[in-house]
Amino acid sequence: MIVDSATADRLAEAPHLAEVQGRSLWQDARVRFFRNKAAVASLVVLSLIAFFAFFGGFFAAFDNETIDFTLMGANAYKGVPSFETGHYFGVDSDGRDLFARTVQGTRISLLVGIVGAGVAVIVGTLYGATAGYFGGRIDGIMMRTVDVLMSIPFMFVLILMLVIFGRSILMLFIGIGLISWLDMARIARGQTLTLKNKEFVEAAVATGVSPMKIILRHIVPNLIGIVVVYATLLIPGMIITESFISFLGLGVQEPATSLGALIDTGADNLNNGTRWQLYFPLFFFVTTLFAFFFVGDGLRDALDPKDR
Amino acid sequence: MALLDVQDLNVVFQTADGPVHAVNGLSFQIDKGETLAIVGESGSGKSQTAFAAMGLLAQNGAANGKVAFDGTDLLSLSPRQMNKMRAEKVAMIFQDPMTSLNPYMRISDQMAEVLTQHKGMSKRAAIAEATKMLDAVRIPDAAARITMYPHEFSGGMRQRIMIAMALLCQPQLLIADEPTTALDVTVQAQIMDLLGDIRRDFGTAIVLITHDLGIVADFCDRTLVMYGGQVMEEGATTDVFAEPAHPYTKGLLRAVPRIDRDDDVLQTISGEPPDMSRLPAGCPFSPRCDVALDHCAVQRPAKEHFGADRRRACHKPLAEVTS
Amino acid sequence: MSPILSVRDLEVAFDIRPQGAWPWTPSRKLHAVGGVSFDIAPGDCLGVVGESGSGKSTLARAIVGTVPATGGQILFEGADLAAMSVTERRAHRKDVQMIFQDPLAALNPRMTVGDIIAEPLVTHFPKTPRDEVKSRVRELMERVGLLPNLINRYPHEFSGGQCQRIGIARALILKPKLLICDEPVSALDVSVQAQVINLLAELRRDMGLSMVFIAHDLSVVKHISDRILVMYLGKQMEQAEAKVLCTRPEHPYTQALISSVPIPDPVLEAKRDRPVLEGDLPSPLAPPSGCVFRTRCPKAQASCAQVQPEMVVQEGNHMIACPFHAPMQVLQNA
Repeated sequence: MIVDSATADRLAEAPHLAEVQGRSLWQDARVRFFRNKAAVASLVVLSLIAFFAFFGGFFAAFDNETIDFTLMGANAYKGVPSFETGHYFGVDSDGRDLFARTVQGTRISLLVGIVGAGVAVIVGTLYGATAGYFGGRIDGIMMRTVDVLMSIPFMFVLILMLVIFGRSILMLFIGIGLISWLDMARIARGQTLTLKNKEFVEAAVATGVSPMKIILRHIVPNLIGIVVVYATLLIPGMIITESFISFLGLGVQEPATSLGALIDTGADNLNNGTRWQLYFPLFFFVTTLFAFFFVGDGLRDALDPKDR
Repeated sequence: MALLDVQDLNVVFQTADGPVHAVNGLSFQIDKGETLAIVGESGSGKSQTAFAAMGLLAQNGAANGKVAFDGTDLLSLSPRQMNKMRAEKVAMIFQDPMTSLNPYMRISDQMAEVLTQHKGMSKRAAIAEATKMLDAVRIPDAAARITMYPHEFSGGMRQRIMIAMALLCQPQLLIADEPTTALDVTVQAQIMDLLGDIRRDFGTAIVLITHDLGIVADFCDRTLVMYGGQVMEEGATTDVFAEPAHPYTKGLLRAVPRIDRDDDVLQTISGEPPDMSRLPAGCPFSPRCDVALDHCAVQRPAKEHFGADRRRACHKPLAEVTS
Repeated sequence: MSPILSVRDLEVAFDIRPQGAWPWTPSRKLHAVGGVSFDIAPGDCLGVVGESGSGKSTLARAIVGTVPATGGQILFEGADLAAMSVTERRAHRKDVQMIFQDPLAALNPRMTVGDIIAEPLVTHFPKTPRDEVKSRVRELMERVGLLPNLINRYPHEFSGGQCQRIGIARALILKPKLLICDEPVSALDVSVQAQVINLLAELRRDMGLSMVFIAHDLSVVKHISDRILVMYLGKQMEQAEAKVLCTRPEHPYTQALISSVPIPDPVLEAKRDRPVLEGDLPSPLAPPSGCVFRTRCPKAQASCAQVQPEMVVQEGNHMIACPFHAPMQVLQNA
């Protein structure tokens, strides 16, 4: 009867036992994520790039606007990357420090990506969850609105906006923010449709929890997994869009710059023997994109273990 | 010689949380035309036993031991040979018929495919044969309905189609994994009746894997009770039900509410089903057993043969359990 | 004593839109529940039995209010829940709570057990201090047989039986008067089933709960209920005291149902004569005319297709919806 009395003791002591901390699904996902070597390495790379973008300026010997007149007319051989001159990445075709410009360009690109994805996550998730949860006519109106917005040729409108209202970083943010949430809203709605038939949502309805609380407490937390994955894959898309706009010469205004604009000028000067003007921004651009994709992949595997 | 002879079967799954031992040293036999019930709750390893024997284990699972069907060791067959074996000699039906019916193919094509592939029949002859088989499982108006798609049938009808498909090559052994769990009681009764007829008409041996003690009582010659991947006890169904020789079987029989009795309070088995990745070293049932001895948790009980072809695995002496 | 819940001619119909139809095509009506009436006295338990598609779960949802009733009355302590507005009804929800079939799916995987159990309390009494909420939750966890120190765990760390206990605790934290149990044990293992059934029976006795217990397994329903209502295709077939219904059923459907229930006793089974019901459940979209059971009924006559049979009431409030009813002994030694 050893087992029996042991169980009885355990039960008797139970109320005085310390509370056991639970292991949430998030913690499970974190463990799975950190097992994925490529994703963790990419996360490290991303943190380094973010550090570079936001604190790199402190290490620069010049700022991104000042033209180094000592190199005037001799960029191709005097403006090469070197530690002695203080131009670690060399200078651009106007004689400005490329290191400082890359730092600033990376910052803009990251910001565009993160703001775009942030708008998508917040607006898209809430919009999609609301439409999906209420269903019926509300759903119809909300989703048809999304369809209409989606059918507008976005790139065309964005270029028009930049031309009409003048090129500015704010306009770029608004433009990207306006469309980034559409796909997210659709994804969130689709997931909500399956979630709202789950019994835990029904239990909440039966208890009398208000619809807004149900969406925020029961639907959205269960959407976050898929939303986060989609968002990490959305960021590179945003960065590419911004680069494309900047490459066309419509994005960020001089003297500010972005990776896309830097790559553009770098590519223009490819024949002038200043290849570093292309390679440095391109390296940061490609590395950032790859890192985001790998992190996104790792998150998907971690948050959605059914796939494996 | 027994039709199916399973000796010391082990099934291990490699998971992220370490190896999970789903089946541990399981042995049993079934003769031609016999019905054997493998009874157990979720996590007892009853389904994995069947999957291992049929070569259908998931990617991360591995089986070792001996599974001899009519003298051939099934575990050593190549996937190709195993496929042939599954189609012609040993058939299996599942809880959810939709898992083995292709939703985009007509029933006639699915059934004929089996026959043209394995029996070398012409398509026309195969369809005629398939229609006959659907008649045999009592699908009304079989000739017309054979051209329908799986989703056009009800759950009970789909299970009949599964059974008809399993019987096409006249297998000697049919493994039925929870065949009626998803069905209503009235349909369950129909399917169990059908399986009984098939056994009588075709002489097919049937292994019925189930958690439902009720259908076992009516249907099976012999019963094998599993828990935590191990055999708790085995014997003729009438003996096992009349005089359970293991505390688990005893507890299980008392825990089922019965329509023909008025019990005020059901006897329960305390605790929760076993966590297969953390089984005790000894008897898997020991943490829930109310007559467990000191050494039950650490020492695995040996198989004990007794009575009329019965065996059990329990440290507690037989007389004390049955009394 | 006046009944705590009386349901009168309850009807629930769903609109089924054919796939790809034009917006103006009228949708078809699916009558999930048609004309069900019953009373539950305080502290009593009504069992509802039926096969899949019988409308028993829809009945539960109509009473709880997650599915709107399209006709009839649901009188809870005299107030008609079916006629109330959403907001009016929300205030009444604390008296009627529900337990679900799939124990894990009924719990939000992202919330701790403590938060799940506390949700009804926090919803209806938002001003309750946190300490009190926590102590109520711990008290209740202990009551349903869970270790209270597991309050911060997540549902996936529990087994099915334990999850069902969590669901029960959540349903009981507001001290409801009526508990609706929708197949509470059918997803559980046999050995755990008995624990949950016993727990429910005990809680019902101790807290004076009235219950509606829905299941497809007649043996389980019989064990816990005082009265049993048998449903088929949304209609009620028979209603009687649990013991009477199981030993002397009069409706042909009930008789077939009982004889289909396997008994875990090989000797008894061998002696039992089991008339097996032929055929399948008809589509609820196109139910048979007259008596819905006539297509499978062994006693069906031509007149059964004409009119829906009247409820025959016999002594002991034994109600049968069949003109050709006759008692039948379906169990040997019951």
